[in-house]
Amino acid sequence: MEKFTVYTGKSVPLMNDNIDTDQLIPKQFLKAVDKKGFGKNLLFEWRYLNDNYDENPDFVFNKPEYRDATILISGDNFGSGSSREHAAWALEDYGFRCVIAGSFSDIHYNNELKNGMLPIVQPLEVRQKLAALPAGEEITIDLPNQVIKSSAGDFSFDIDAEWKRKLVEGLDDIGITLQYEDLIAAYEKQRPSYWQ
Amino acid sequence: MSGKSIFDKLWERHVVTGKEGEPQLMYVDQHLIHEVTSPQAFQGLRDAGRKVRRPDLTFGTTDHNVPTVDIFNIRDLISKNQIDTLARNVEEFGIDAATHGTERQGIVHMVGPETGRSQPGKFVVCGDSHTATHGAFGAIAFGIGTSEVEHVFATQCLWQVKPKKMKVEFVGTPQKGVYSKDFILALIARYGVDAGVGYAVEYCGEAIDALSMDERMTIANMSIEFGAKMGLMNPDQKTYDYVEGRACAPKGEKFAEAVADWKTLVSDPDAEYDKVITIDVSELAPMVTWGTNPEMGVEFDQPFPEIKDMNDERAYQYMDVKPGDKAEDIDLGYVFIGSCTNARLSDLELAAKFVKGKHIAPTLTAIVVPGSRPVKKEAERLGLDKIFMDAGFEWRDPGCSMCLGMNPDHVPEGVHCASTSNRNFEGRQGYGARTHLCSPAMAAAAAIAGKFVDVRQMPEVQ
Repeated sequence: MEKFTVYTGKSVPLMNDNIDTDQLIPKQFLKAVDKKGFGKNLLFEWRYLNDNYDENPDFVFNKPEYRDATILISGDNFGSGSSREHAAWALEDYGFRCVIAGSFSDIHYNNELKNGMLPIVQPLEVRQKLAALPAGEEITIDLPNQVIKSSAGDFSFDIDAEWKRKLVEGLDDIGITLQYEDLIAAYEKQRPSYWQ
Repeated sequence: MSGKSIFDKLWERHVVTGKEGEPQLMYVDQHLIHEVTSPQAFQGLRDAGRKVRRPDLTFGTTDHNVPTVDIFNIRDLISKNQIDTLARNVEEFGIDAATHGTERQGIVHMVGPETGRSQPGKFVVCGDSHTATHGAFGAIAFGIGTSEVEHVFATQCLWQVKPKKMKVEFVGTPQKGVYSKDFILALIARYGVDAGVGYAVEYCGEAIDALSMDERMTIANMSIEFGAKMGLMNPDQKTYDYVEGRACAPKGEKFAEAVADWKTLVSDPDAEYDKVITIDVSELAPMVTWGTNPEMGVEFDQPFPEIKDMNDERAYQYMDVKPGDKAEDIDLGYVFIGSCTNARLSDLELAAKFVKGKHIAPTLTAIVVPGSRPVKKEAERLGLDKIFMDAGFEWRDPGCSMCLGMNPDHVPEGVHCASTSNRNFEGRQGYGARTHLCSPAMAAAAAIAGKFVDVRQMPEVQ
């Protein structure tokens, strides 16, 4: 997994609430058996006018000044709905490293973390300030110090210490867990006898 | 010291290591898999040279992609590849599965209970957000992403931070014509689609006790639409009776031993919660959603609300309905009875009562998709297939079908569909499709009338 430490990039606002995973990656794109290439279809029905990928010029991602944004600023309950990790793969493949939202669905929050992305919760007031920054202006996400640095101000954020360590060090979760093999085996021995 | 809730007791039982408040390593008793969210996880194992630690605690089925007509003739080759990949993967890794077209096959959240894998006390996960369904048995059950699926394959465990606890108590007796689907849609409409974020929800109260297991599963199933990834209920005699005798249930003395243990896995009267909600179900009416998330719903005779923000504005535009309209004004073109929310046998029996001896309105298309092959078989033994087909419904093979339209079953663009499923998101049932969530009774009655009608006024509810 790619490490996440201090990251500087441009942001794009999409302030609607409840952006669900069906919007992030519609079902017709879930049929792949690998993790690659989902970025093209991120927010498909918002970004394109038709199945030929003709862009909707009014959609914020398609405006020239926001094209190379890698930090998404959004509303409440981001990533609600389906558990599909394809939504996180699509965000990551498009180029996003960080999503700043009012809240996240519990399943999608974990899915972002597992793909080296940083989900950050901020109140509406802060998100409105970030969304109002001039297009193309960079902001810095400092994960070790848990702070967003911008010309609109510096804003601190919370993250669980263990998830933070895994992101900063880019650790492979399964590799870590396999070190607990003895504990897992011991747990298995004391499961209820009616399931043995 | 205060007592413990069922959730506290189950959580405590499954901790392999770690402290509360931090990510804890939790043991998974039952891992369910399907074709859409598992292929990348199997590939991850292969790439790292890892095995599935407990194939005996893993079970698979195919549901999201499967056609419901002419099921072995899968014309979408990408869908076919996903279905075939699941079959190859379970074979390679030694996992039992109800593969495409076999007798036990069905929607994963039907197959778990039907085979007796869903039991009180278990910690159940699946790469699907409606996994909370199994919480109706008194289990911790929730949806996970594909990285987590791979993690469970390799370790049979997951790192999780214990969520907060919410108690949702349903009191009173509902009017005839108000069903468990209406309970959960009303909860979501009143409190919002994100009210449950960060919580494990316990549903309890006399109105829950009075429900069948099928009806309880409908409520637990839609926990995620309330924002909660898990929702559970205290097991009781109905739960034990449902599980007993099923293929994977403990047998003989072991079953008695299990029930004795399960009886301890209920909330103590003095258990504490971070949040408590009480709903009097005697005040509820049949629910219909008007917008593009499950919170955008009203009681049958209530007008659709005023526009209060950009979210409402977008929803009204997409749905082509107006503030002040009522459910009966919706111009329906489609009816879908199916999904892991409402395609169990009792749902089909209920819908059939409203359909028997009548015919659907000439302006619409109506389909019934049983949730699993065992449900389909039993429904046919009871003659329900004939009732539906005589009334002009299409009677299909099982699968997720039009709930999400990954298979060929789509609602056409711009058409309004009365649906017993769980999500009314933009494009969910097909490009430009307009979904209105409701109970199986409301969907069936709407198919006959050609528009939503108040099932409380109909003789069939008696």
